[in-house]
Amino acid sequence: MSLLSSTTVLLGKELRTEFRSRELLTTTVVFILMVIVLFSFTFDPTYSDSRRFGPGLLWLAFLFAASLMLQPCFLREQNNDTLSALRLSVSDPFAIFLAKLIANTLFLLFTEVLMLPVFAVLYNVPVLRVLGQLLLVFFLGSLGVSIAGTALSAISAQARMRELLLPLLLLPLLTPVLVSSTQVTIGLLDASPYVEWKGIGFLVAFDVVFLTLLWLLGEYLLEE
Amino acid sequence: MTSRGFSPTGIRFENIEKRYGGLAALRRVRFEIAPGECVALAGRNGSGKTTLLRIAAGLVRPSSGELTFPSATGAVPGAASHGAKTEAVRAKNSAGFVAHATMVYDELTAEENLLLFARLQGTHNAAERVNKLLYEVGLYDRRSSLVRTFSRGMRQRVAIARALLHEPSILLLDEPSTGLDPQGVGWLATTLRELRDTGCTILMSLHGESEISMLATRAIRLDAGLIVADTHSGAEVRSILTFADA
Repeated sequence: MSLLSSTTVLLGKELRTEFRSRELLTTTVVFILMVIVLFSFTFDPTYSDSRRFGPGLLWLAFLFAASLMLQPCFLREQNNDTLSALRLSVSDPFAIFLAKLIANTLFLLFTEVLMLPVFAVLYNVPVLRVLGQLLLVFFLGSLGVSIAGTALSAISAQARMRELLLPLLLLPLLTPVLVSSTQVTIGLLDASPYVEWKGIGFLVAFDVVFLTLLWLLGEYLLEE
Repeated sequence: MTSRGFSPTGIRFENIEKRYGGLAALRRVRFEIAPGECVALAGRNGSGKTTLLRIAAGLVRPSSGELTFPSATGAVPGAASHGAKTEAVRAKNSAGFVAHATMVYDELTAEENLLLFARLQGTHNAAERVNKLLYEVGLYDRRSSLVRTFSRGMRQRVAIARALLHEPSILLLDEPSTGLDPQGVGWLATTLRELRDTGCTILMSLHGESEISMLATRAIRLDAGLIVADTHSGAEVRSILTFADA
């Protein structure tokens, strides 16, 4: 079976199991909502504060929510040793990663899009005029988080102290993604919006490099 | 059980070793299973049975040694080291594996589970094959129920059906009767007998004597990763299986 067909079948499985249990989506939505609401009421940011600090806060919330979401990604494949069944069934193990990282990106994007209006209202930031560009940076940032996070989730799932290991590895690795995504978002939410192309370029490069690494080394990450 | 269109395949273990840090799980294991042979692996917990089966399935890479799959014609296709991709792919294509864990998703129904793996394996007429197997394992009426609502025995039936989806020429079974009731054990014994009689090579780890162990034409006993007994004699096979845990 081709890589594309295997990925499609596995992506269907990922979406079906998630929408049946809603474990990951519920966790991430609740976490991001809590952070946004809490900071909004605690600091009561002014219009200019919102534009300066809002994007950083938003991406920090996305990143921590992602680390919560990525933890069970491979861990739940261990409950019934289903990862072994997948490894025995697919012709290219990269399909397992590809399906999981696409699913994680979709879940993250879904959460981000759901939380964007809440952020816009509570922080009084107009987002409609730059919605397209915002969605682009959300996509590139979420893809970067998902690629690195899915790979590290596979590593940490086989380790001892796995709950600690993933955030320990993930957060430093994703700091450049966080910085670039925040910078691009700050530019987009500015009073005179502009696109920080250097940041967009960095996010694209990060995604391409880490996806290639995952393609080359993914098979070894799944070995017992 | 099915009309089988595979070429019988054996398994050759050449000085297989597996170490986990300082612990040797398998030590220079060397034996060959002829195509169509039914071999029972016996031994205490931790003797290396599961590791050996997982190496044969291509899930675990041995620390050293070679694993090949001789066909009934005597040729050894792709006689590469086990780490080589050709052999790993060959193992995956020819083997069906039932592990101690069920290897199925609790959040999917029995039918969804089997369809998922059938599609990933590129099974021809996947839906038809899945329905046939569900009927044979006695779960056709519960095909739309989530696996998490099943008893251990029913999950084991799904696990066995999953292993049989692609009509494997080699069956690797790690304590396959786990959780099965006497009817389930009887059904499994009948199924394995039919598979054995059609030329399927079977390697299974067992504890004690049962209807399933009666199928074995050979028994190998492992102790601390070493083969300490290997016999084809009917009486000795029974003896090895009965006293394996002694």
